[in-house]
Amino acid sequence: MVAILQAAVRSGTPILFVCIGEIYAERSGILNVGLEGLMLVGAIAGFTAGYSAGNPVVGVFAAAVAGALFSLIHAYVTITLRADQIVSGLTLTILGTGISGFFGKPMIGQVGPGFDQVAIPGLSKIPILGQVLFQQDAMVYLSFVLVPIAWWVMYKTHLGLAIRSVGENPATADSLGVSVAKVRYGCVLFGGAMAGLGGAYLSLAYTTMWIEQMSGGRGWITLALVIFAAWNPGRAMLGAYLFGGADALQLRIQAVGLDIPTYFLMMLPYVLTIAILVLASRASLRRRIGAPAALGLPYAREER
Amino acid sequence: MAMRLELRLERSRKLEVLVPIISVLLSLVVVALLLLSTGTNPLTAYGAMLKEAFGTSYGFTEVLVKATPLILCGLGVMLAFKMLFWNIGAEGQLHMGAWGATAVVMTGWDGSPWLMIPAMMLGGFTAGALWALIPAYLKVKLNTNEIITTLLLNYVAILWVAHFIYGPWKDPVSFGFPMTKQFPDGAQLLRFGDTRVHLGFLFALVIAVALYFLQEKSRWGFEIAVTGSNPRAAEYAGMNAGRNVLLVMLISGGLAGLAGMVEVSGIQLKLLKDISPHAAPYGYTAIIIAWLARRNPWGVVLVSILMGGLYVGGETVQITMKLPVNIVLIIQALILFFVLGGDILSRYRLVFDRKEALGGG
Repeated sequence: MVAILQAAVRSGTPILFVCIGEIYAERSGILNVGLEGLMLVGAIAGFTAGYSAGNPVVGVFAAAVAGALFSLIHAYVTITLRADQIVSGLTLTILGTGISGFFGKPMIGQVGPGFDQVAIPGLSKIPILGQVLFQQDAMVYLSFVLVPIAWWVMYKTHLGLAIRSVGENPATADSLGVSVAKVRYGCVLFGGAMAGLGGAYLSLAYTTMWIEQMSGGRGWITLALVIFAAWNPGRAMLGAYLFGGADALQLRIQAVGLDIPTYFLMMLPYVLTIAILVLASRASLRRRIGAPAALGLPYAREER
Repeated sequence: MAMRLELRLERSRKLEVLVPIISVLLSLVVVALLLLSTGTNPLTAYGAMLKEAFGTSYGFTEVLVKATPLILCGLGVMLAFKMLFWNIGAEGQLHMGAWGATAVVMTGWDGSPWLMIPAMMLGGFTAGALWALIPAYLKVKLNTNEIITTLLLNYVAILWVAHFIYGPWKDPVSFGFPMTKQFPDGAQLLRFGDTRVHLGFLFALVIAVALYFLQEKSRWGFEIAVTGSNPRAAEYAGMNAGRNVLLVMLISGGLAGLAGMVEVSGIQLKLLKDISPHAAPYGYTAIIIAWLARRNPWGVVLVSILMGGLYVGGETVQITMKLPVNIVLIIQALILFFVLGGDILSRYRLVFDRKEALGGG
């Protein structure tokens, strides 16, 4: 049981990174459905850099930078050119899949450096919780730090207020002197960097290799997670481990060799995500659960 | 000097035609730079791709082979897009269609093609349509985001097919390869001459014509267009948007299912894992096609044939020049990005200001 919970945290961590970033982008009003492509770009950039330097930390930085740079395309197309956010995001996924496959070809079959699990002295001795939360790798600990910061910035700072107001009502934010474009660019780039980190987790911690299309739908699962989390970084953490749990459970049942066909088990994370999404949609039908009002809409001053 | 966008009073027709052409050229330039970075001469690569796809008669028949599932999926996706329903699930619907058609064969029935082929088409269409109705129903009843549900159902459909070809339907003498037995003759689509072009290509063309009339000439086509462009007006006019979403997705998923059927019955002749190319799946390419075709059935046919050329050319340079086949995806995505960026010019006019816009600008 403890082993499954520990695996749930590991499995949930990559989508947690991506989710935090996407919450920021969506809070500022920009939907980015290109997460799958961003994760792949982060995974290959992180793996290549980590492999070349022989150091996974270098890989993590490279992945964040690559993710941010790659998301710049989406930012430019949707914010400056005001093109359709959904089409741009889908195209970003297709481009990311292609680019990562192109540059990843020489890396297939290589084993790179990775993050090992490190027990935190003291904390890891707490019964159950210690093993689940504090015998993990460095990137999991990084996510423990990032989530509260992301929550605090969003709800307790002036910057967070600006981001939320841009996503709720860009015209008002604009008239109050907030630069809508700047805030949105910043949030989309941050989202890209976080998606890059999520990808790097896959190629530097979850495994230590590059596998084509290794994100395996996690980018899309994250989009559902954002809705489940009601655009709140704190709730994202809970949700991520729930989604991670489905993945961990599926692998565990397979290992035990129960009489359930393998491929049905592998459907579990996807089906569970749809089920959770349906429940979240029902809840939001009853009471609105905080989707930013201007989400998905381009902003143009003269059309105000 | 600042740059500003000003709304045009009328969309520029000239630009609507020019933008896609320029986009193709620009994306080829970017990919050329990418190829140069890996030490490949881009002109040699492009030359080889073009010659193989459109310069030889064998190559061109292969282009039509690839275009067949693309047209069917592309038409389906286009119809859904017209109603602003984001069906990103053509890939899964295609897999379910291939499964549904195979299910007919797996009953052990070995009849005349005059009965078997229609039965398989019905099986493929129904399976794809039912798969598409799940997200449509969830959207209509609960307002569930269809981008996420259609997409996740792709993964489920692929695993569903995997379950059958690794399990109950696996050919015992396939030496461990995950695939069904070869279909009997009656379950194989007629091929033209000694090419691999099959009857499915004609089906696709006929459906394109039918959709054109449905879209342009029927009352229902009008309802779809109104609901897609102005949902509120449609509501006031008493159109039932929910019912239309279900009907549109029934056809949309059914067409993708039919694409799966013609692939297994016309090309693969059995159900196996790679119904759709792994590096650039048909169902995802269909999204790009529907968008590039400006949601027009003729456009879908034309763009699908061009994309078919990209596949055939891409396979050629993969084999002869050892280039990663992902180059197909990169070219596809770049074209679409340039079109997205260029479209702004047909809607807006670029204005250069001497200074930052003052005040309310």
